[in-house]
Amino acid sequence: MTGGSNMVFHGRVWVAGDNINTDLILPITAYYLTIEEQPKFVFSANRPGWSDEVRKGDILIGGKNFGMGSSRPAARSLKNLGLACLVAESINGLFYRNAVNFAFPALEAPGVSALFREGETAEVSFEDFEVRNADTGTSCTAAPMPTPLLDILKAGGIYPLLEKEGKIAPVQKAS
Amino acid sequence: MGMTAIEKILARNGDRKVVRPGDIVTVRVETSILFDNNLMDSVWREILEVQDPDKIVVVLDHRAPAAHILSAKAHKRGREFVRKFGIERFHDIGREQGISHALVADHGYGLPGTVLLCSDSHTCSAGVFNVAARGVGSPDITYSICKGETWFRVGETIRYDLEGKLPPGVFTKDLFLYMAGKYGNHATQNIEFGGSALPGLSMNARRTITTMGAELSVEFATFEPDDIMLDYVRARTDKPFEPQWPDEDANYLDRRTLRLDALEPLVALPDTVLNNSRTVGDVAGTAVDQAFIGSCANGTLDDLEIAARILDGRQVSRNTRLIVTPATQNIYREAMRLGYIQTIMEAGGVVTNATCGACGGGSMGVVGPGETCITASTRNFKGRMGDPSARIFMASPATVAASAIAGKIASPLGYFQ
Repeated sequence: MTGGSNMVFHGRVWVAGDNINTDLILPITAYYLTIEEQPKFVFSANRPGWSDEVRKGDILIGGKNFGMGSSRPAARSLKNLGLACLVAESINGLFYRNAVNFAFPALEAPGVSALFREGETAEVSFEDFEVRNADTGTSCTAAPMPTPLLDILKAGGIYPLLEKEGKIAPVQKAS
Repeated sequence: MGMTAIEKILARNGDRKVVRPGDIVTVRVETSILFDNNLMDSVWREILEVQDPDKIVVVLDHRAPAAHILSAKAHKRGREFVRKFGIERFHDIGREQGISHALVADHGYGLPGTVLLCSDSHTCSAGVFNVAARGVGSPDITYSICKGETWFRVGETIRYDLEGKLPPGVFTKDLFLYMAGKYGNHATQNIEFGGSALPGLSMNARRTITTMGAELSVEFATFEPDDIMLDYVRARTDKPFEPQWPDEDANYLDRRTLRLDALEPLVALPDTVLNNSRTVGDVAGTAVDQAFIGSCANGTLDDLEIAARILDGRQVSRNTRLIVTPATQNIYREAMRLGYIQTIMEAGGVVTNATCGACGGGSMGVVGPGETCITASTRNFKGRMGDPSARIFMASPATVAASAIAGKIASPLGYFQ
């Protein structure tokens, strides 16, 4: 997991607005492609070219109701794009489940969108759940991720846990 | 302090006396539904062990019959899975084909007071049967199939009391558009419906509302149990169940009354239904290339009846194509028997087999660049039904049918005088 075992992330910020939906993150046409090909199409309808600008370790700051919509593995695309984590004003419950289960760290922090402008640096701690703007020194507190969910996140998601128990087969070649 | 209906269902299935907002609860899952998206190459993880094959339902619905080789592979994988584990409740292409949420209704798969999961966001549909039903991700459905349980983060509940009677030409889709327009998103919250209007609302009409709950980002959408619902379920299953009523002193985050008499036909503008509703009058006259009636929200027999009533003896505009997709083959057969299909087709509508189809932009009604679509389905996100430059307006089946005849967005009220 990026950020090391202490779960504190330090990265360049991108800002997304309110009600970012799963079709913007993983368009239906990209859903038909391989896992490796899917991240390139994140925000292709509303911000063409953006996925090429993202660097590994960048942090996404979202608005209200981030990830509304479908059950498709949109959180996995954000993770595979290289984003270290997501902090949003509020997160759609289904997206949140996928984030936990695909081990993409995500926090809800009311007030976070007013804290950042694009290009600034964020420090996000999954230890004390503080979100800090390293450039301006301002900060806010996120809702703590419940321990059982944090444990899934730290285990690398649900699939490694099921694999370990022999419930599912190891990753096939195709994925 | 008492509990809301959803809190009581979660407590019961998690063997806890009480659950409160903020709790993480592990609960038994009575029904896990796997569908064709789970079975696609980029999603599927091979399951080696299932907890109980009788608690699993497998449905091929999103692209059915297969729209391309990728979906054909997914369907094939589903058939192999069903054979391997001896799963009886399998809805392959054929007589019992249909959209999972509508099949849950048709077949009584949603047992009141239990937990039901499916990896499709509109699974909240079954909340109409007093079920803790939730759309989850593929990892979640894999987990519940393997282990028979799942976790939930308990949210606050908002209670909606429905009062009065819908005026002619106004439907629960309009009620939903009113809610979405006025209250916007409900992320992390549950919604619970009750009130004196319930006896006047059919199960299909109610289910449109719970299905659309996904568009409000609700955790759960549930109805308070009543005799209409309980009789409906009992007519379809012999399995025992225990419905859960909210406590009289349940703790709601807010309690809102919705007066049905005051509603009028509404339309959501393109890209989102949240805080985006207008009266039909505000957008009347907008030319439409495609009109669609279907999906888990609006492919019910009631919806087909309304469309047929409006289209009877009339013609779809030459500038517009009308696509109608019944939610299950069972509904399709019933609509044929009642003459609705004949009426819709005589009017120039194209009736497809039961599938998610155009609603998800998967097949049978994909929209092209710059086109305008008015849809009675679930979702109008940018790019949802095809090209991202297409505009998707959301409305009731009545408004869509009236618009198909006019070739432009039009009010259905004239057909109900």
